Order: sequence, then structure tokens, then C-alpha cells
Amino acid sequence: MSEPVSALGGLRYEGFVRVEELPPRGMVTLRGDLGSEGLRRAVRDLTGLDVPDAGGVSQGAEHAVAWMSPDELLLLMPHAAAPEAVTQLQAALAGEHAMAVEVSDARAMFRLTGSGVREVVAKLAPVDMSRAAFRPGMIRRTRVAQVAAALWMPEEDCVELVCFRSVAAYVFGLLKVSAAKGGEVGAGY
Amino acid sequence: MLILTCPCCGVTAEETEFHGGGEAHLTRHGPDSDDDQFHDYLFMRENPRGVHFERWRHVYGCGKWFHAARDTVTLEVFGTYPAQTTEPPQHIREAISARRPGWSWRGLS
Amino acid sequence: MSTRLARGGRLIDRARPVEYRFNGRRLTGFAGDTLASALLGSGQMLMGRSFKYHRPRGPVASGAEEPNALVNLGEGGRFEPNQRATTTELFEGLTATSQNHWPSLDYDVGAVNTALSRFLPAGFYYKTFMSPRPFWKHLYEPFIRKSAGLGKAPTQPDADRYEHFHHFCDVLVVGGGVAGLLAAREAGRAGARVLLMEQTAHWGGRAPVDGDRIDGQAAEDWVRHIVTELEAMENVQLRLRCMGAGVYDHGYALGYERLTDHLPGADGPRHRLWRIRAGRIVTATGAIERPLSFAGNDIPGVMLASAARDYAVNWGVSVGDRVLVVTNNDDAYRTALVLKEAGLDVPAVVDARPEGGGELARRAEAAGIRVLKGKAVAKAKGGKHVTGAVISSQAGEGAMLEEIACDAIAMSGGWSPVVHLWSHCGGKLSWDEAGAMFRPDPDLPPTGADGAGFVIAAGAANGHLMLGETLRDAAEAGARAVSELGATPASPGALPAAEAPEEAPLFPVWMMPQGAGHELRSKAWLDYQNDVKVSDVRLAAQEGYESVEHAKRYTTLGMATDQGKLSNINGLATLAQRLGTEIPKVGTTTFRPPYTPISFGAIAGEARGETFQPIRRTPIQDWHEARGAHFEPVGQWRRPYCYPQGGETHGQAVAREIDATRGSLGLLDASTLGKILVSGPDAPRFMDMLYTNMMSTLKPGKCRYGLMCSENGFLMDDGVVARIDEQTFLCHTTSGGADSVHAHMEEWLQTEWWDWKVHTANVTEQYAQIAVVGPNSRKVLEKLGGIDVSAESFRFMDWKEGVLGGVRTRLFRISFSGELSYELAVPASEGRAVWDALLGAGEEFGATPYGTEALHVMRAEKGFIMIGDETDGTVIPQDLGLDWAISKKKTDYIGKRAQMRSHMADPERWKLVGLETVDGSVLPDGAYAVAEGRNANGQRKVQGRVTSTYHSPTLGRGIAMGLVLHGPDRMGEVLDFPKVDGEVVQAKIVDQIFFDKDGEKQNV
Repeated sequence: MSEPVSALGGLRYEGFVRVEELPPRGMVTLRGDLGSEGLRRAVRDLTGLDVPDAGGVSQGAEHAVAWMSPDELLLLMPHAAAPEAVTQLQAALAGEHAMAVEVSDARAMFRLTGSGVREVVAKLAPVDMSRAAFRPGMIRRTRVAQVAAALWMPEEDCVELVCFRSVAAYVFGLLKVSAAKGGEVGAGY
Repeated sequence: MLILTCPCCGVTAEETEFHGGGEAHLTRHGPDSDDDQFHDYLFMRENPRGVHFERWRHVYGCGKWFHAARDTVTLEVFGTYPAQTTEPPQHIREAISARRPGWSWRGLS
Repeated sequence: MSTRLARGGRLIDRARPVEYRFNGRRLTGFAGDTLASALLGSGQMLMGRSFKYHRPRGPVASGAEEPNALVNLGEGGRFEPNQRATTTELFEGLTATSQNHWPSLDYDVGAVNTALSRFLPAGFYYKTFMSPRPFWKHLYEPFIRKSAGLGKAPTQPDADRYEHFHHFCDVLVVGGGVAGLLAAREAGRAGARVLLMEQTAHWGGRAPVDGDRIDGQAAEDWVRHIVTELEAMENVQLRLRCMGAGVYDHGYALGYERLTDHLPGADGPRHRLWRIRAGRIVTATGAIERPLSFAGNDIPGVMLASAARDYAVNWGVSVGDRVLVVTNNDDAYRTALVLKEAGLDVPAVVDARPEGGGELARRAEAAGIRVLKGKAVAKAKGGKHVTGAVISSQAGEGAMLEEIACDAIAMSGGWSPVVHLWSHCGGKLSWDEAGAMFRPDPDLPPTGADGAGFVIAAGAANGHLMLGETLRDAAEAGARAVSELGATPASPGALPAAEAPEEAPLFPVWMMPQGAGHELRSKAWLDYQNDVKVSDVRLAAQEGYESVEHAKRYTTLGMATDQGKLSNINGLATLAQRLGTEIPKVGTTTFRPPYTPISFGAIAGEARGETFQPIRRTPIQDWHEARGAHFEPVGQWRRPYCYPQGGETHGQAVAREIDATRGSLGLLDASTLGKILVSGPDAPRFMDMLYTNMMSTLKPGKCRYGLMCSENGFLMDDGVVARIDEQTFLCHTTSGGADSVHAHMEEWLQTEWWDWKVHTANVTEQYAQIAVVGPNSRKVLEKLGGIDVSAESFRFMDWKEGVLGGVRTRLFRISFSGELSYELAVPASEGRAVWDALLGAGEEFGATPYGTEALHVMRAEKGFIMIGDETDGTVIPQDLGLDWAISKKKTDYIGKRAQMRSHMADPERWKLVGLETVDGSVLPDGAYAVAEGRNANGQRKVQGRVTSTYHSPTLGRGIAMGLVLHGPDRMGEVLDFPKVDGEVVQAKIVDQIFFDKDGEKQNV
């Protein structure tokens, strides 16, 4: 087995916030009845985390569980753990109508750090990024400029953003332009 | 540019995050339908000035289809509701009646 | 002659001189100047030429409404035409040139048009250039193109960067005058999220210039205090140099922020477009003064009274030594007083009102200024600058009473509230007879998502022109905005007390003097930039252009870059008068965003250069680029078309790639193919609805080629389906179709069969997919090892999962080329490594990467269809002879009922056949086969068309596929395909499978 590589090989950019492409992350799409006890138990057994409420993301040390839609979760984990996670979920959910699929390599992931991260996102996504509206623990699926993305804040002054792998270079370009020095908005976010 | 609230994920977002899908509450007619029924199903659409029921997909969000009751002239949105229904729910109809007494649409009122 | 005064100028810093260039001349102004004030301070009144007659023009205003003083600004990558000198802040090294003249601003050949003006009336172009028709192309159009346009287009790429910013607030306040500041404070004190934007670089608007007092302080001091208070509020955002550009549905608004226009080359974006969602929008956009329509009102030196006052008070600039003031209202007396106080001569105030003015008029008289009541300027005299004015009675036809020498005329025809933002999204106006103005009708505001009005006009923008009323209205607007949003307004403090003189009523004046004859009317300008005069609008009315929208387009009134900010009301009034009706009956033209022109850069935002649009990249893209591939767009992907080597042409490269693949081993990056998982207890049933084929009978471990139609019956997509297990299918789609096919599946599942237990997932990008094609493909896979690919254990249309060469792989034995062929799907993160491994292992077989063109040629040699070539949204599978892929057993599938419609079942529909040119040449793509006779339009009848056409290196000749009337029944017949140049190519109808008809090559 060869060493897995991310879409951009971990590119970084230092603007008024730091933009970095993260190394490959394990991701599993889990579709099913998010209210079912079996599914909730399977998620807890795998990740140690509870299924979040609508629009939320639960975060642990190595895992995270993000609410993607009323019947879909995105489970995050170490890259190498994803194939086994799918097997484990399929076994645990054999009795119910659910689907677990590995999507680790279908995505690229970026981390923005710095006090201006909210502004950088607000330049690209039609989302209210003020502190009053968007907080750590929430996930928002939206678009950045012309492509789909999902984003959340592991903590204040930090945004993690996921997009499709094929558009990673485009999204990195967007983030670079938006984070370039001199572009601070000072909008009180 | 409209703002709509997706009833499936609760997010209120601008129109660019959605994709319009035309008239809501069409009844599919398959191989056992006659020519007129199929023609109406495939081609005939309401184009009202006023209350209208539309399909939208939250394409940049949760990906779900939903319906919106909307005024095509003023763009007022009376409400949105999940797509898994064959006709608008009572609370949506009441919301419309409160704002547009006497409205009617394809035999609904 | 305009000049810099020795004192005054609240906005300039005389300690900081600023050098700039105008038409190559080195000039000096001060920090805080606009380009217009600096030029006037340097004695340069003449700033441009008008559009149609090339009349010499100076500034008529001091702000955003300026129609005349447009310049080419900057150089190279920062060159921009049509920039208003009045809103351009002066900076060190600014370079500007004047526009629309040749050879120079002072001497312009085009000015001959003004001498011909009686031959160039309204509608001149329509009337003159209509016939004869050939003249249009060869004479009129070149002439018009040469003489049209004011500024020059930039020739270099824009050197700056731009961005958008999405902002959400409770209350957006547009306009940073005293009304906007007060409304923002009311909303801010109530705790609302407030954004206050002001288009200029200064807070306070006109109040500090007008000299009135608020709460016992000079307006300027009051403004400073309230700004300090607002700045301390965390919930209030203040933005200078940020214009409210437009108001749109559901509380959407655009703000146009100019960040570095005054600091060129500074770090950061030049413009930022604020894309705002606001609960309520307070438009405190003030009012704009109207010109008076008298003969010669466009001569440089004739300007708005407020502008003359601004230049003196704000920038310490005198617009002339002897300034005649002409007015129909009290406000212009402020200008007379300011100029007098600055030590300039004001020979008279010509007041059209028989009774004259109020308190301000008395002050003017007390200051020794002569006031003429009931009088008019019949004619301004002068050429490139004003030299005097002929005075007449306003009531008469213009008989001269006296002539007053002057070098500038300050005029005021009253004030028009800036209702643009109120009107952009449908807010209605009412006519205020007393104020002779349109003002927002509070009962008919633009309405939002909840049906409630979301724009509140405040202050002068709401028709409250007196300071006291302005402040009261603004405070109410701010409080109303927050209470409508459900917040509680802060306890109302005392309203700021205004100290401003009482003003006497205005007297509407639409023509000066009112009985002016044609001679004077044809010299009285309404629209300065587009050269529309009172006589033009009257002519339009006379010729039947009664609708204001028609008259506008006929005369071009209000169609210039200033969009009629000065001319609209005067034009409407002129039209109404000529039509013998009232102004509100004529109505206004439509107010459209943006309020003033905004840069294309701001609109594009980040969408430039590399981020113009998303370009999708496969995990192997870097390799293709390094190999020098020639790319072609496929959806948003860029796929290698071919990989030219040395001096190869594309055609040679394609031929080499095909020969190598058919002869030994080719590799194709097929990662762009769509891959969608369909899973669940009802997945088999759902698959039978999605595809025309019977998919539920497919066995796990097997593949089947399938067709997907729309409910219209038309062929939408195709691809190989692999059954993973009883409940799971993997659907391959076309490269361009992955997203739309996935959306199509979800649509049917969510909106029609929502009780079916099926989940889908688009896993297209999880995998790198590589086609390994050719007689040696099995050998190379055997070399990698890990999956048994022997002919016996791995048959055509089988798939297997395993570890190939150390990588988790899903391997399909499928073929789109007719060769022994496999496609392997590996995790995208290892795709490049697998590609490299295949190249390495394949070296001994001369492994050759091939592009999409080789793929196309090889599939055409085998007669396989391609979505988008053989289909165009009007083609059904039956047209393509794909009946074998349409299940007869199924009672239903998407598109089945439509394919039963009479037109779809018509035997006259064109059907797919192969086409072989008689001379071996390549048929032109899209060429039509002609038939005997002509249709109802006199066009040659047709009986078929080419859908795919290539040179086949394998066969050494041109091959094609096409749709032909009764084609399959006409084998051997020769058709005529005329080319664009008229030459006819003959082609024989043949079977569409050109190569290896029995499939022996793939069946090994």
C-alpha cells in the first residue's frame, strides 16, 4: 500500500489568517434514521460521540460526528481507520436500513486559524459568520464562491472546511485571495 | 434574491443555495395513463399571478427537496414544508388565507 | 475664473500639498480635495466635452450626481474611464485626462455638431440611419462606433484585487448625513445590529455646509460627537466610502466600498462589494438639487447653488469672482451669503418667486446683496465660460430687462429626494405638489419575505428638507426599524434641537422664463451628459412619445452614466407640460441599481484569474500537466485530449495513442466518470425505474451497460452498472453527468417514491479510475498481482474487489474500445501511485497514456454511442438502435410512457447508422444529408445528420455515425452532405460497427 496523499500535498498560506490543507482524514458517510437507537449506538461505539442535533457537530480527540442532513452524518476519524469503520458500521447496522460509505478521499479539508477566520469565510459564503450567529459546535453546509463546502469551528478563531477533492486547488485559491494581507474587513465579527 | 427557510434542516439561506424545481404537487402519470393525462402531467403548469406552490432543493445545504408557498408578484413567502406530501398542509393553507383571503390554486383554497 | 480662496475649506489640509496631472499638466491641490475641487482651485473649469455635441463642460455638481466632469483616470493596469472628478479623492501622483474630444479639450473638431444641432434633434439616429439598409453596415455603423462613447476602454488587465463580503444586520442605514447618523443611533441604542454606510469620505452630509446648528452646536461638532458615540457601540458598524448601491428582494442590499481608490497601490482590495441581508433598510440618502432650465445653462461656470457653496465651504475654492445666484427657493440664498462672506461678489440673487424668499433672503439683502423678485435668467452668455446673464421676467417670454456681468451662475430649481434605493425593489412614490418633488409613499414600501415593508426612508430622502423635520423623521425611522423587528426602541431621549431659519415655499419652475420660445428652449439643457434639451423632450411629446419610458429612450434623457439624477424631474415636468397633463400622471422612469456605476472588479469579486471558475482536477492531473497534455473541457473537468510528443500534431498524437492501445497497451485516466452507490431493500426496484434495462436481474459480481432516460423519454445518460450485493448497485455515469444523475436519483426518491427504502451516495471523487486497455492489459495487471484476472475466472462484464499491487482495488472487466480492457478504481489518495505503478509495469509493453480523442475514435470504430454526440436532448434510445437495452418486461420506467407517445413511436424518426465517405475523407461534424426538394421556407430538405465523425487510424479512413431517415433500411445507399463551402461529400450508409464486428479482440 502506498502512502495516501491529500489533494494538494498540504499546501499552506500565511495571510491575515493561516490557511493550510490538512493531511488525509478518514471520513464515512452514514445515511439512515438518525433517531434510531441502533444507529446512535453504532455511532457512539465507533466514535465515542453522540449523534449531534440538527446543524451540529460533536467533536472528540480523534473523531467528530457532523450532522449533514436529516438522514445523513459525516463521521471523521484517522484516515487509516475508515475502511474498518465502514465494516464495523455495516455489521452493527445489518438489521436496519442504513448505508455506510467511505468518502475520505473524495474530500479535501482546510483549516483556517487566526482572529480573522470569520471574515475570510464571510467573503466567500453567504452565511452570517458573526459570533452571534455561528459558534463552535455548529456545522453549516453552504457554498464557497461557486462550489459546495461544509464548515465548522473546532474552537474560536479556527475554521475547518471540507470540499470535494477535485476542487481543492480552486478552494485553496479562494481562501488565499480572501485571507491576503490588507483584506481585513474589521466588521466586528 | 429570495431568502427561504429549508424545513428539512432549518437553515435560512439565500436563493443561491437553493435550486428551483418548478410547480409542486404534480401527480405522476405512468404507462397506464391516457394521452391527455400524460400530456397534462408532462407539460401543463400553473403560471399564477399571486399564490403559487413550488418545489425547491436545498442543493448547497442538506440536499433535500421541499415545497414553498409563495406569492409570485410580491415574493412573499407564506411558508415552506417537506416535499413528502401530495398537497399543502393545513397550517400552510391557513397562513395563506390569513394573508390572501379567498385564494385558490388548482382547486385548492 | 475659479480659484483657491486664501482661507476656508473644512475638508482640506493646506499644510499637505498634493501633486497631480491633468492632461499632462502638473498641478497642485491639497489633501482632502476632490479632483474637481483641485482642478477648480487650479483655475481649470473646463473638464470635459458632452457626448453628442462635444460642448465644453465644467462641473455642475459637487458629488455623485455630476454628469459633466468625467475623466479618464489612472494609467496602465489602473486606467479607468468615466470617473467623476467630483467623487475622486485627490492623491499624490493622480493622473487624469479629459474625454470625448479631438485634438484637445480646448479645441475639439466634434464641436461642429453643436453648430449642426438643429439637424440633430431627438430621434435623429432613428430617423436618419434607417435607410438605405446597406448604408447601415458600411457607413452609419462605423461612423457611430467611432464617435460613440465618452472614455476609452482600458487595454491592460486590472492591477488590483477585489472581493465580496456577506454581511447580516438588523438595520442597514444608507447615508451618513445627520439623518442617517441619528437613525443609526436610535437603532444602535436599542441594541440592534446596525450597519451605517456613507458614500463619501466624511460624515455629516450637507448639514455642516449649510451652517445650521443642532443642540446649540455647529452641525459639524454635533456630527463629530454622534460619530464618537456610534463608534463606541459594539453593535454598530460604520463605513465611509461605502455606497448603498442597490436594494433588492427580501432585504438584500449591495454596498460598494472603495478602499484604496484614494491610496492606489496600497495593500488590500481596491473595492469590496458588501452583500447585505438586513431586517430593515433605512434610506437616509438626502436630496439632490435640481438645475434650472434656461438657455445656456450648460456653459462652464453654470452650476448648482449647492455645489458652488460646497466648493467654497468644503474646499476653499471660489467658482468665480462674480457669481450670479438664480433660484426658485430659499436654500440658494445660503450660497449667496457664503460667497459674499468669502469676499466674492454676488451681483444679484435672481428669484423667480414674485414674493421672493423668507428669512435667508432678508439676511442676503441685509448683507447688501441685490435681490430681484419674479425674475429669470433668460440666457446665460459665454462660450467656454460664463460671461454674463440676460435677465427677464419669469412670467414673460424672455425680453431682456438688463444684462448682468458675471463669471459664474449658481442655480437652484429646488431639491429632489434621493428615492433610488426606496424605488429599486418596488417602493412607490407620491408627488408632493408643495415641494414639487416625488417622495416615498409610506403606504407602498417594498415588501420582504414576510410581506411587510422593509425600507424606511428618512430625512431629506423622505421629503423632509428642513433640518428640524429631517432630525425628527430620522429619529422616528430608526425607532420604527427596531420596533418592527420586535425590539424595544431605547427610551426616546430629547430630539436634537435644530436651529435653522424659516424658509418660504418654493415656486416650481420648469422653464425659465416660463414663456421661453423655441430659440431659448433649444439652448436649455435637461440632460447634460447626453445633450438632451427642453426642445428635444417637447419634440418627443409632439411626435407621440407620451409614455415617459418611450420618451426617455427616444431622446436618451436620463440614459447617461449619471442615470438622470439631475435631469429626470425637469424632463418629466417638461413632458407633462407639453402633454398638458400633471407630473404624477406622467410618472417616473424606473430606478434601477446601482445608484452610481460600480466597478466590474467589485461585481466579479474573487472570480478572476485562477479563481474565475472552479476547474476540477483528478488525482492524476499533475502527471498530465507535467507530460504536456493538451486538455479539453468536459464539464468543469479538464481532461487530456491527447499527449503530443516532440513535434507531433494533435492528430498524429491521437493516431499514435490508438495504435499503441490497439497494438499493445493504453492507459486512460477515467477518474472523472461518475460513480453513484444506490443501496437499500428497494434498490433493485428503484434501479428498474431509473434504467430502461432490467437491472434487478443483474447478479452480484456482474456488470451491465444501462440507459437512463428523463421522464420526457429522452436519453439522458448511460454507463456501466455493477451489482455490489443484493441491495447495492454502483452506477457509472458520464463525466459531465455525475452530479445531475445523482440529483435526478435523489429527486425521484425524495419527491415521488419517498416510501421506498433506498439511499444513494455520490462517490465519484473517492476513487481514481484508470482504464487499462489493449492486448497486453491482462499481463500488466498480472504483473501488479493480487487479483486473479485469468480469462476463465474473470470474464467480460465481471467485476472483483481485492488488493491489486498492494492497493485496495475494485476491478471491472469492461471495454469501451473493443479491446481486452479493465477499469480499476482505487482510493483517490493512492491514484497517482497506482498510475505510476501501471506505467512502470507496462513499460515493457510500451504502455501509452491516451486522451479523450483516442477514446472517442476507438468507441466510434466500435459503433458505441456517446452522450452529447449521438444525443442532444431530443434523441430516444430507440433512435439509436438500442432497443436491446430497453426492457419489454417492465411495466414502467422513467421515460417509458413518453416513449409511447405518437411522435416518439413515429417510423419517420431518424435512426442511427454508420457513414463511410466514398473518398475516405472525414465528414464535417454536424453536416446534414440533403434530400430532394425544398421545405416551406425555401430551404433544401434534409434527411439526416452527422453525430460523430473521425479519422480512424485503424482503418485508415474517415468514419462517422449519423441519424438518417429510415437509415437502417437503406444500407449501401449514398447520401450527399454539402459542406459550408458548398462542396458535397458523399457517404455510404453502413453498419455502425466499423471494426472487429464479432468482438474477437475483447473476448480473449
